[in-house]
Amino acid sequence: MVVKDLIDILKAKVILEGDLDAEIKTACGSDMMSDVLAYVKDQSVLLTGLVNPQVVRTAEMMDMLCIIFVRGKEPNADMINLAKSRDITLMSTPYRMFTACGLLYSNGLRGGCEV
Amino acid sequence: MSVIHLTYEVSGDDFTRAGEASGLVKSKLKKLGYNKDAIRRVAIAMYEAEINMVIHADGGVVDVDIYPDKVEVVLADKGPGIPDVEKAMQEGFSTAPDNVRNLGFGAGMGLPNIKKYTDEMKIDTVLGVGTTMYITVLVKQ
Repeated sequence: MVVKDLIDILKAKVILEGDLDAEIKTACGSDMMSDVLAYVKDQSVLLTGLVNPQVVRTAEMMDMLCIIFVRGKEPNADMINLAKSRDITLMSTPYRMFTACGLLYSNGLRGGCEV
Repeated sequence: MSVIHLTYEVSGDDFTRAGEASGLVKSKLKKLGYNKDAIRRVAIAMYEAEINMVIHADGGVVDVDIYPDKVEVVLADKGPGIPDVEKAMQEGFSTAPDNVRNLGFGAGMGLPNIKKYTDEMKIDTVLGVGTTMYITVLVKQ
């Protein structure tokens, strides 16, 4: 799957376009950035309901390619600017967290931390 | 002698800017061609420590020394100090206020996380005076 495939699957609106052709294999969903920093390894997509600049910073530290805001949430101008200089794609999906994660999983994306 | 020395002041009153220094160090290491794993470990550990500085200590100063085989980061603050370092190192233990939790932090993962991602970690802390954290990440070329 590539970043732009997420658009159709999640009926997502692209807010900031990074590399839409970048390949993605894994994703994680969390509103707790501490947990993203603690448990995530090589996930390229972050799904979150949290809207503040630290979401973009966290994605930056983790080398993530795309942030998807669930429940129709949208980032503010500061966040968009931050993501722009880091080539991170920002999207907003109307789906809630559980459904958004489920849709991506059923389309082949994995968590990257199978037990 | 380090190859490159960088110093950053971390502002204590603006949580939205926390992580700026870590981002700058990350892009510097990227430009210098350090391996991805080492860069990420430095970035995450420094970012967590920077967040801690803003949450608990009203900011501070970060010194970064970049060597060919390691990156050393020293974070010094004049905050309240850590009463019980051993307790603070436990996963899930947090003294962060609720407003910080609403921002996605304060899960009690900061210090354990820094330890996990670094090769060396040392905390000097004096109550009422401040805390200095020394972290080292070894770089495999």
